[in-house]
Amino acid sequence: MKKILLRAGLIDGLPIAMGYFAVSFSFGIAAVAAGIAPIEALLISMTNLTSAGQFAGIGIIAAGGSYFEMALSQLVINMRYALMSIALSQKLDKTFTRLHTLILGHAVTDEIFAVAVSRPKTIRPIYFAGLAALPYIGWALGTAAGAFFGALLPETLRAALSVSIYGMFIAIIIPAAKKERSVLIVTLIAIAISCCIYYIPLFDGITSGFSVIICAVAASAAGALIFPVKEESEK
Amino acid sequence: MRAEFFIYLAVMFAVTYAIRVLPLALIRKKIQSRFMRSFLAYIPYTVLGAMTFPAIFYSVDNIAAAAAGTAAALILAFTGRGLLIVAASASAAVYAVMMISNYLL
Repeated sequence: MKKILLRAGLIDGLPIAMGYFAVSFSFGIAAVAAGIAPIEALLISMTNLTSAGQFAGIGIIAAGGSYFEMALSQLVINMRYALMSIALSQKLDKTFTRLHTLILGHAVTDEIFAVAVSRPKTIRPIYFAGLAALPYIGWALGTAAGAFFGALLPETLRAALSVSIYGMFIAIIIPAAKKERSVLIVTLIAIAISCCIYYIPLFDGITSGFSVIICAVAASAAGALIFPVKEESEK
Repeated sequence: MRAEFFIYLAVMFAVTYAIRVLPLALIRKKIQSRFMRSFLAYIPYTVLGAMTFPAIFYSVDNIAAAAAGTAAALILAFTGRGLLIVAASASAAVYAVMMISNYLL
């Protein structure tokens, strides 16, 4: 049983790992371009495992920003993980101990969360460990490859690789939106708010990290009011 | 390595780790509120939707290439392809359009 669950996790994690390799490759390139040593870029990836937060972080390091600014930016950009962890807490198996959460909780990312939470059963630690292992390795290896060797790639190829993270996001949204019309509508609401914040000059002061929080909270709250999810017993 | 880098690193790690782990370690009971459960069910999709649009169109400095990448990702995801194929195709479409426009201009 354990072996089967571990293997299922590893298999589910493989495509995420390959996507992460591509995305962290562009992070490694960006970090070195910002004046950060390749080994430092690798340390950031191994301790943070997050795309948006890390990209913002190297900008702050490069600009010599304050530690407070760093803390606040990470808090705002990564706050969505708190929402995901709360959602995940509802699906954890009884075998998930506090020690498991202290170690495995570090691997809550957009993609790992989305795959874990969309499983019909409760989440066991062994499955989650398998799911997280390859993406973690991919994220670290991709960063190292980009930081040490990225400069060898032509500019156009580097730019094209940087779009892969959004492709991955789309690949997570679409299947759920196809299955449930409510997910489609709620996601479109979030996108509409996001476009308003982006294009309307009045909202120029809102950083991209804050924008994501506003959009996600407003659209999800609207969704919860208009399309409450079915109770377990009604399924 | 610079000492200040390690302070930045420690701040990034501490904040990000706490955000992820505290809710998992502390919340063990089932949330009763149907509103909260519905809200949480929509969070991943609204977060990813808001992070992707409109940012994807400005992720490279060639909006036609970015649009081609978006279209490729949407079509392939809609036809049921997995994460890796969709992500790789988005990059391939962006690359192709950038090469074509570099050639034409």
